[in-house]
Amino acid sequence: MFYHALEIDEGNCIGCSRCMKVCPTEAIRITGGKASIDDDRCIDCGKCHSACPVDAIYIKQDDFKMVHEFPHSVALIPSVFLGQFPDDIRVSRIYAVLKDLGFRHVFEVESAASIYAEAKNRYAREHEDDMPLISSFCPAIVRLIQIKYPSLVGNIMPIKAPLDLSALYALKKLTDQGIPREEVGIFYVTPCAAKIAAVKAPVGEKRSIIDGVINMDALFNKVYRKIKEQGKNHEYEQLQTPRLSADAILSTLTNGERRICMAKRSYAIDGIENVIDFLDLLENDEVEGVEFLELRACDQSCAGALLSCENRFLCGERMYSRARKAAERERNGEMPRDREMDSCREYLIDNAAVEAVQPRSMLVLDSNRERAFQKLEKINKLKLYLPGIDCGMCGAPTCEAFATDVVCKQVGLTRCAFYQKHLERLNDITRQECLAANAAVWGHDPMGDKAMPGDN
Amino acid sequence: MHQEYTVIEGDFVNAGTASSSVKKTLKQLGVNPQVVKRVVVALYEAEVNAIAHAYGGKVLVDIDADKIHMVVADKGPGIPDIALAMQEGYSTARPEVRDMGFGAGMGLPNMQKNVDRLNVTSEVGVGTTVDMEVDFI
Repeated sequence: MFYHALEIDEGNCIGCSRCMKVCPTEAIRITGGKASIDDDRCIDCGKCHSACPVDAIYIKQDDFKMVHEFPHSVALIPSVFLGQFPDDIRVSRIYAVLKDLGFRHVFEVESAASIYAEAKNRYAREHEDDMPLISSFCPAIVRLIQIKYPSLVGNIMPIKAPLDLSALYALKKLTDQGIPREEVGIFYVTPCAAKIAAVKAPVGEKRSIIDGVINMDALFNKVYRKIKEQGKNHEYEQLQTPRLSADAILSTLTNGERRICMAKRSYAIDGIENVIDFLDLLENDEVEGVEFLELRACDQSCAGALLSCENRFLCGERMYSRARKAAERERNGEMPRDREMDSCREYLIDNAAVEAVQPRSMLVLDSNRERAFQKLEKINKLKLYLPGIDCGMCGAPTCEAFATDVVCKQVGLTRCAFYQKHLERLNDITRQECLAANAAVWGHDPMGDKAMPGDN
Repeated sequence: MHQEYTVIEGDFVNAGTASSSVKKTLKQLGVNPQVVKRVVVALYEAEVNAIAHAYGGKVLVDIDADKIHMVVADKGPGIPDIALAMQEGYSTARPEVRDMGFGAGMGLPNMQKNVDRLNVTSEVGVGTTVDMEVDFI
């Protein structure tokens, strides 16, 4: 069983099947009028969350009260968090409000960007035979490759993502000051569901050192409300905020890793459908000479993340604007303050490795080859009876997925509306059987209390 | 399990149709990913050959629980000297085909490298048949 941050609230779910249609791994089915997610197939990309018209898909997070349980609570914020706020709200103001809300320390995840880049470069130098090397940055992509592209897992660089590196840095910095570990509570402010899964069930590590996860949209609300309450002229403590390098600020956006990588030929691809198209080619060996791939599940990368409340392009431009200012300072000879991590640079790089990513292919029909073969033959035969129009009325996203469910999960073939009509014409099915098959997918009363013609 | 695909002369756009479909089937059967890769690379090369050098042809695939048997049979000019064609870098591809990034003379050698058994038969002026087998481990 795999941990997932995305869950369906059955009370709200209207079984509309929009989520089922957009899921890139075909992890969703409709049964009894409700959507359900197959834990083995879900990669926490959040496509379903965006498609849901009634907010029935929610993202689990930890209780904010946990923040107050640690004398040294740490907020690890991603750069996109700062991109959520209107231009007139200064970074120092956001930091001050985070302290007001109970965080004793604030670190920006992208402070670790240059260390992450160096760890990747060192790995690349030692693993030229494993090219193309795939970035470990986006956890939804790592999971996509595990379940759909098992032959490519060895290409994923087994290196801690910036979020884990920055957590490691925060912990080391505070414990080096003599603060006991149990007094330090590290909270990651997440822009997406996949990163929650990455914290709660990391790939290549036993457990994460991060103690809790707070959803970025929820924290944005808290911070923004506080700023509004305090008013424009509120006096706040001017804390020293980190001045990240331009490269670090841009690292979570599309091309952020690619533009500073050492590879001769590389691609930066965002949007999960685009990534799938490309990985299909790559798996067939149709793309030659690629050394590095930056793959991100969301369009516009983290600016387009699930829990971003701002339009992805507005958020992205704010980050660019901040990066331009940083570049200007760098041109004037001012050192970016993310260099402060340099004190533990070697320590972080030495501890950046994780275990190799393992495949967990969900496409395999049976662990026994002979049985898998028999199942596949049955599926292929069944496909001949199905209309092939992927209407979704059976509660599965495609005719092929349905045929697979019939063979592997013993789902009734009469759930197919077309097959059902065929049996009706042959007088081979009773009205009760039809109603039961329909109810299995859409529930007993999908029309609810709608007034229908003929009703009085 | 038998699958058949038609290959059309000069239709580079659809090169890889057979190999992509075979790839999916092998993944569903749980065939070792490295073996899948070898099958896909060899079959793709054979498909491209039939598209680039011949007047199209047929791909016949037979999969059973422990091996895959692939036949790519084209109607085309045929290969006068098969031993020569098996050498790396030897190519008779037309310049326009080379311009598209094909015809580097690695086709047959690449197939040889990736399959367990390869048999090429050819008759000049009639066509070429590439017969390949890969064992699943």
